[in-house]
Amino acid sequence: MSGSSILEERERNLLQRLRAGEDRAYEELVREHGGRLLAVARRFLANDEDAQDALQEAFLSAFRSIDRFEGNSQLGTWLHRIVVNASLMKLRTRKRHRETGLDDLLPRFLDDGHHAEPATDWRLESPSEAERKETGALVRKCIERLPPMYRTVLLLRDIEELSTEETARHLEVTPNAVKVRLHRARQALRGLLDPYFRGGAA
Amino acid sequence: MMTCREVVDFLMDYLSGSLAAAERREFERHLEACPPCVSFLKTYERTVALGKEAFSEPDSSAQKVPGELVKAILAAKRKR
Repeated sequence: MSGSSILEERERNLLQRLRAGEDRAYEELVREHGGRLLAVARRFLANDEDAQDALQEAFLSAFRSIDRFEGNSQLGTWLHRIVVNASLMKLRTRKRHRETGLDDLLPRFLDDGHHAEPATDWRLESPSEAERKETGALVRKCIERLPPMYRTVLLLRDIEELSTEETARHLEVTPNAVKVRLHRARQALRGLLDPYFRGGAA
Repeated sequence: MMTCREVVDFLMDYLSGSLAAAERREFERHLEACPPCVSFLKTYERTVALGKEAFSEPDSSAQKVPGELVKAILAAKRKR
């Protein structure tokens, strides 16, 4: 039996036990997927408490609808989608923070339309495994620093790879607003990363 | 001639191929004459790629789910 079909077999077995209402199966599901899904919720939500709440809501919602899980996708993919939805719901209930600080990260221009601070190339050596990990952590930290309404759009479009229209529906805004925010979010992220990669230094 | 500010405004549409032909030509003419805008475009693209890479490994930001949270979730399930 190949590796993947062993996994499939395990998943089918777990699914059967979940549908039979076996308590241990629920616990197994939470332990197996919880850590990874908590990290997904944490991308969208600014603090651990909110992320944990979203994870709890997501699992409860998954437990309720386990009978409707059709098995076309893997359990992990299905749960991932539910966690993203639960995180967006949670985000909506949070008071809107004043969106500050983004303008400082966007490129500035002179009155004649030229760059006030001309961009330079970034160093692009092939990084070692350790450097790649370090860069990944840095990028995640910088994404976390984006104001929520920009971070959310960037996560949904560039990381979750939803379409502009799907993102607009999730956030209840127009597709055009999604495009504007995504472009601003990417520019702001570029602004945050620039000092680290600029001109071959560091 | 398109300004740097306009190039930055149109950048996402340019990269996604949704810029009209005439604007596209203007855009590219500006790039030929403006190294800072070329750098901006390259670093913008790199930013998008770095964002994707940062979350591409399944365990890149995973943590262990706290035992207390597992208990809370299972307790909440029993309550409902």
